[in-house]
Amino acid sequence: MNLDPNIPDGPIQDKWDLHRFQMKLVNPANKRKFRVIIVGSGLAGGSAAATLAELGYDVDCFCYQDSARRAHSIAAQGGINAAKNYQNDGDSVWRLFYDTVKGGDFRSREANVYRLSQVSANIIDQCVAQGVPFAREYGGQLANRSFGGAQVSRTFYARGQTGQQLLLGCYAALNRQIGLGKVRMHTRKEMLDVVVADGNARGIVTRDLVTGKIESHAAHAVVLATGGYANVFFLSTNAMGCNVTATWRAHKRGAGFANPCYTQIHPTCIPVHGDFQSKLTLMSESLRNDGRVWVPSKPGETRGPAEIPDAERDYYLERKYPSFGNLAPRDIASRSAKEACDDGKGVGHGGRGVYLDFRDAIARVGEDAVRERYGNLFDMYERITDENPYKVPMRIYPAPHYTMGGLWVDYNLQSTVPGLHVIGEANFSDHGANRLGASALMQGLADGYFVLPYTIGHYFATQKPGDIDTDHPDFKRVEADVHARLNKLISIGGARTVDHFHRELGRLMWDKCGMARNAAGLEEALVRIPELREEFWSDVRIPGGDTEFNMELEKAGRVADFLEFGETMCRDALTRDESCGGHFREEHQTPDGEAVRDDANFAHAAVWEHNGPDAEPTRHVEPLSYENVELAIRSYK
Amino acid sequence: MKLNLRIWRQKNAEDGGRMDNYELEDISADASFLEMLDVLNESLIERSEEPVAFDHDCREGICGTCSLVINGVPHGPRRATTTCQLHMREFKDGDTITIEPFRAAAFPVLRDLCVDRGAFDRILQQGGFVSVNTGGAQDANALPIAKVEADTAFDAAACIGCGACVAACPNAAAMLFVAAKVGHLAHLPQGEPEREQRVVSMVHAMDEEGFGSCRNYYECEAACPKEISVDFIAEMNRGYRQSVSKGVSA
Repeated sequence: MNLDPNIPDGPIQDKWDLHRFQMKLVNPANKRKFRVIIVGSGLAGGSAAATLAELGYDVDCFCYQDSARRAHSIAAQGGINAAKNYQNDGDSVWRLFYDTVKGGDFRSREANVYRLSQVSANIIDQCVAQGVPFAREYGGQLANRSFGGAQVSRTFYARGQTGQQLLLGCYAALNRQIGLGKVRMHTRKEMLDVVVADGNARGIVTRDLVTGKIESHAAHAVVLATGGYANVFFLSTNAMGCNVTATWRAHKRGAGFANPCYTQIHPTCIPVHGDFQSKLTLMSESLRNDGRVWVPSKPGETRGPAEIPDAERDYYLERKYPSFGNLAPRDIASRSAKEACDDGKGVGHGGRGVYLDFRDAIARVGEDAVRERYGNLFDMYERITDENPYKVPMRIYPAPHYTMGGLWVDYNLQSTVPGLHVIGEANFSDHGANRLGASALMQGLADGYFVLPYTIGHYFATQKPGDIDTDHPDFKRVEADVHARLNKLISIGGARTVDHFHRELGRLMWDKCGMARNAAGLEEALVRIPELREEFWSDVRIPGGDTEFNMELEKAGRVADFLEFGETMCRDALTRDESCGGHFREEHQTPDGEAVRDDANFAHAAVWEHNGPDAEPTRHVEPLSYENVELAIRSYK
Repeated sequence: MKLNLRIWRQKNAEDGGRMDNYELEDISADASFLEMLDVLNESLIERSEEPVAFDHDCREGICGTCSLVINGVPHGPRRATTTCQLHMREFKDGDTITIEPFRAAAFPVLRDLCVDRGAFDRILQQGGFVSVNTGGAQDANALPIAKVEADTAFDAAACIGCGACVAACPNAAAMLFVAAKVGHLAHLPQGEPEREQRVVSMVHAMDEEGFGSCRNYYECEAACPKEISVDFIAEMNRGYRQSVSKGVSA
């Protein structure tokens, strides 16, 4: 497996400029002769589709939702980082770069992160030009706030709906290109496989979710912008439809999968409250700017929060991390909540919750000011829990939220399969082992607006423009595989529902490969997952047929892939015998519970190669070298 | 709690459809409305019946995928709340709940409770944007915008494109949806250069899609989960008439 990251030469500040100059260009008259398929219409896919069409390429964009506007980027709440330094508080491209590399616990690729920081400012300019209604000050200037893991105010936001407004901006740009006939948009079409012909990605096979029709689509390049895999845990903050299918099927066709064990567990989610629960709801971590996190000092406390005096409360983040306090990065805040609950101090249903208290903020700035900042989040909390957070503290607990692992890509965002590019959450490169708040929107839009549109041209320049079709025998072969798999699912006729299996897999992954992992637990999971997969393929029941609108069949295909992917995720967590970022191996911690990295042996990305259904995958590594940031113990004390 | 459900079942666009009855027991008041339907579907699958198809995705009230007319009201009884954020505590033990799809000629039913809202996308493709290519933007703070205008633009931009306004309107008009996008961009200087053409093109596209006419019933505003104001409809009408009187045509 070729894992040359293709990092350009030169000092880190100049790499992207030099690379843009050195990359080959496509003759403007030839651009319309290059066809590109983009799978996914979120911030990464939508912005890439719009920008590539503006440049003149012939674009097809696919999404499983009924409209491009519904991609899960829409649910991001808090904000988007950019090194604008509008607040004059000492921010810079270099500081954003440093914070991101450190926040990722020194497991990301320096050159990619630096480029991300460089283009971050362009993203804000672009979005404002599109009419994204960011929060503003009375003087008309853009407002900023600080966010977890940073000590400067570099986060731009649009109330608690930043993801929605950014996505509607890029959806508008996409709509403009669709209206102009430059993008063909395919909604309710799910990609079920990638076609690799003569060594290059040449297209995809999709299923029309309304009619069930299987179709092949050919192109000169394929871009996956299909998001993350947090739904492997069944309960997560992801939308119900989020899945690993596109990236996993690409992996099975030859794309290396990097660091699947890196998952982010977000600290501020509404706790689980019943067995019927279908998903978890996140509340923006911007709440931690004013809310104070605490648990009762005494295990087994039975008094309500109002009756517990301050002296008997443990504001554990402020106590353990005095310089960052309640703004400690996500992995650290989540793990601390788990520790508190493991010690019997948790509150609410099953003792799995901690308080997020606005009492002091309301006393300091008044209820109206708190409502102005977080009103929609408070309303959402009240709707779900039937409790008024202006009067009683919120209860929160960590939940799977984002996945830093993904398909391996080089500096050009190309996977190990030539022509197959991967952008946004679906790739692995920028966040290392932990993502900082307000960085996912930044990365999705950076990839789609400002990186891929340049680097994909470099790939096209090596290809012949012009005719391309689905007659190649590899298309027929892949189509036949897709049909066979769907027929197999339909024909099982077992006794248990798809959700039954998904729930069981999710529980297993959460217990053994969740916020804390150990070798014994992971080994158990590696035994249990293949058994569960076996049970699924012999006992799942999917009503209806494959040539109709069949939502159970859609889910079944996705869960079948999670049942394969989960095994590789656990294998990756087992072989990464260190703690780093969101990957916390209980064997590797300091006496006070902080993660201990092993840079001598694990300062690399682990990249898995698929070896067929019955063989173990091969683990390859891309060494990560740090020339501009000194490897250090990540401290937020 | 125990519930009697009356649910619209329709195999596909060609099928005539009918209401079917289902009984459900042991539903927690803390479950969301869609989780209640999940429980129904699991029990249907276990009985070898076909589950009820309904659209949903984020389940946190922002993607706009979920729909449903619940007891005659789009998104159900709780104001400013999408179906996915509606909880069973809004209902009583023993209630009969009627569940239908969003109904409008421009939203054909695909199956059971799922409808095709592609008409909304097609309207936005005719002008719901600022024509700016990637890369050509000036510094974001070079264009100060008064907070009150930015906030008004945001109020309109909060639309999630769910279609409840259409389902609530006796005429199945899409005025609130279109006015929200027109209003969002009309309140920002970025939208100014194309303002006149935008409103005319989008209203024309709306009519072409077969949506009905606005008669100021204001049912749309009452049903809107994001509480978008009908004031934006008045603004759009004024903008439309001004533009047409200047000779702007679609």
